[in-house]
Amino acid sequence: MSEEERIKAYNKYVKAKIPKTRPFPTLFNSFWVGGLICLIGQGINDLLLYLVPNLSEQAAWSYTLIILIFIAAFLTGIGVYDKIGRFAGGGTIVPITGFSNSITSPSIEFKHEGIIYGICVKMFTIAGPIIVFGVVSSAFVGLIYYIIGLFM
Amino acid sequence: MEMFLDYLWVFLIGGFICMLGEVLIITTNMTSARILVTFVLVGVFLEAIGVFDYISAFAGAGINVPIIGFGASLTKGTISAVESQGLLGVFTGCLTSTAGGISAAIIFGFIFALIFSSHTKK
Repeated sequence: MSEEERIKAYNKYVKAKIPKTRPFPTLFNSFWVGGLICLIGQGINDLLLYLVPNLSEQAAWSYTLIILIFIAAFLTGIGVYDKIGRFAGGGTIVPITGFSNSITSPSIEFKHEGIIYGICVKMFTIAGPIIVFGVVSSAFVGLIYYIIGLFM
Repeated sequence: MEMFLDYLWVFLIGGFICMLGEVLIITTNMTSARILVTFVLVGVFLEAIGVFDYISAFAGAGINVPIIGFGASLTKGTISAVESQGLLGVFTGCLTSTAGGISAAIIFGFIFALIFSSHTKK
């Protein structure tokens, strides 16, 4: 068998082995689970603004996100978040809770490799690219903004 | 009634954004890291062209809770830091505005990793 044929056969094998997700139920599930997570976020935000009257809007958002991150990290710890994730796909990845999950989940998974090389290194396997891309692109936007400001 | 409508918008827009993520998974087989990076870049872009605040005004958590809000917050912080500190703001702004979220994720992630063990390998 030539190299090319072998690759083709392998790809065919992989395709046959990938668990089939029926698109419509998962789309629907990701919609309502994702919507629900956002709804919970709005609820926490409104509750905070109601309970602490002199809280600024920005501070309330920060607290809301931190609370959501806490809940997601906890649910990941007890193994519930991944179960919801299998059911809802994008609904659990796209919200900020997915970011929290992407940090907690590999940390727990690689805990047995030790605190430094397990938890601390693997913590950023998914979050690292997000932070790098986010920081670099927004610094780029900031630089353009600064240069435009020089001429205005 | 008005409050109900506000919450309905949050649900519909938040759900729609998450569904777009799922569409990307199904059509392109992207991994979650790539999807999150894509959505952060969308947020950076929306904030850079000044559209994000208009969406945020009626979508609330529907756009702030998805990771798009994280990207927008990075850029918002950078722009306001550039306004107050000039060139230095390019470097200090983005992580200042998102410090709460990133630190919270690291702190809780670390603590829960110490407490809990893997559930998948039973």
